Amino acid sequence: MSLVPTSIRDRGSYLLFLIPGGLLLLAVILVPFGMNIGISFTEWSGAGTPEWIGLDNYTRLMSDGTFWASFRHNVGLVVAMAILPTLAGLVIAAALFDFIGKHFGSKHASILRACVYLPQVLPIAVAGIVWSWILAPRDGALNEVLRAVGLDSLAQNWLGDPDLALWSVMAVMLWIQVGYPVVIFMAGMQRVDPSLHEAAELDGASWWGRFFHVTVPQIRPEIFVVLLTCTIAALKVFAPIYVLTRGGPGGSTNVPSYYSFQNFFEKTQVGYGAAIATVLTVLILILTTVFLRVQNRGER
Amino acid sequence: MRRHAVLWSLVLLAAVMLAPFVLVALNAVKTPAEYSTGGPLDLPSGVSLDGIVAFWERVDFGEKLLNSVVISGSVAVLAVVVSVFNAYALGIGRVKGRLWILVVFLIANTLPQEALAYPLYFLANATGLYDTKLAVIIIFTVIQAAFGTYLLTSTLGGFPRELLEAARIDGANKWQTLVRIVVPISRPTLGVLFVFFFIWTWNEFFLPLVLLISNENQTVPVALGVLQGQRMMDATMTSASALLGVIPAIVFFLIFQRALTRGITAGAVK
Repeated sequence: MSLVPTSIRDRGSYLLFLIPGGLLLLAVILVPFGMNIGISFTEWSGAGTPEWIGLDNYTRLMSDGTFWASFRHNVGLVVAMAILPTLAGLVIAAALFDFIGKHFGSKHASILRACVYLPQVLPIAVAGIVWSWILAPRDGALNEVLRAVGLDSLAQNWLGDPDLALWSVMAVMLWIQVGYPVVIFMAGMQRVDPSLHEAAELDGASWWGRFFHVTVPQIRPEIFVVLLTCTIAALKVFAPIYVLTRGGPGGSTNVPSYYSFQNFFEKTQVGYGAAIATVLTVLILILTTVFLRVQNRGER
Repeated sequence: MRRHAVLWSLVLLAAVMLAPFVLVALNAVKTPAEYSTGGPLDLPSGVSLDGIVAFWERVDFGEKLLNSVVISGSVAVLAVVVSVFNAYALGIGRVKGRLWILVVFLIANTLPQEALAYPLYFLANATGLYDTKLAVIIIFTVIQAAFGTYLLTSTLGGFPRELLEAARIDGANKWQTLVRIVVPISRPTLGVLFVFFFIWTWNEFFLPLVLLISNENQTVPVALGVLQGQRMMDATMTSASALLGVIPAIVFFLIFQRALTRGITAGAVK
């Protein structure tokens, strides 16, 4: 006879189910992440013995113009991948759900929604190929369209001009991203009690009035989720940069993730690359914590 | 009047969203000569599969498709299994310290892959798994399962206790309860997770790019991305490559649209 209460023995045997997942997590994520932090305190070319240099990589980061520029570009991408898609997504979702759905039937609304969502299912690398071809300077489709309607002067080297390239990448990312908030917000709007809208309508609220005072506050949890996940995605962005511009021209679209990749595998400054990746990670973790805090406070 | 203005502006938006797909399809079936005389906007005079065939043979696209299916399929199955085990212990077993364990899984899911890339590259080399599909399968099983654990734990937290109690009274042990009660009842959620894991893994670029260096192991996005980076393709071959990259995505989209929409809702209320 065991003297241990059954509930505790119970919990113990449930623990067995965590072993495979726990070991995998340790081997693939926790240990490598620890190694990355360790490497960031060394100078290492990837071969031979890493040389301990303490915080040198981090002090070097502080005065590295390329590093700061890459973060500035990242801010632009947060605007293009999180802020603008959220704003546009709110209006589009409300128009589809509230207007098209009611006046033209939900079938029309879901077809239009599918069109807007389609870029989301593309591998980002493939979307990058599509767009680098459309934005090609000489015979790209966008410049051909501009020439065909007589706006020759607007034809540009969209991805090759250092002043324009970041804007072009931002536009592409907006195209890729906007479907995600639309779908999530439409799902959230189904949750909203229709009587709230009816009451507001009786009080004489306009469509925009109801949008700002009923729809937006009611789907706040969804807005938080979208802003958080999109901001993290924007901070991590790699594939579109790799395919569209390789960080160029002249570093004008470099981002931290691509910059760390360059240091790892092109410049073989592994320690420095690890420091960049660590800073990026810390930033993302801080951001996530702040977001979740604010969200919790809002719910209370 | 206003109704139609809204409708037409949304239709215009949909057209803008779809235009790149249409352009790709139109130009993928042109001959290079046709493209150089008429540019990207002319309608093709006929359907020429030359660009597509040339691209298919050049990258051995069938092999890349197979690699992607093998990797994404294995990851989806294994990650669902691992997520179920984890969530069974955390959501139903309510093991001690589950909140902190969940936080660790959540952090694992948020970490940028850049912070894992070099150590994983190094460890894969050390264990002889570098440039193998197995390495990518193991890594993405863990990354996807971290999200799955998080989502499933909250789903299983609300699992009807009476059912578990009834199973226990009938003499089922924990393993039997999991396999015969919990898994069958959670099937819809597990299906959605499977679909998500498959598509997410299919679309992955960064770690597969780092780990799969030889042509015969590469996935579809990596093969396309690398070739694009080399800037060695003419315009029709580029659009042919884009078309071949788009088609599987659209097929998944059509097959899984229901599951996707349902699943996104499940994700949104997390």
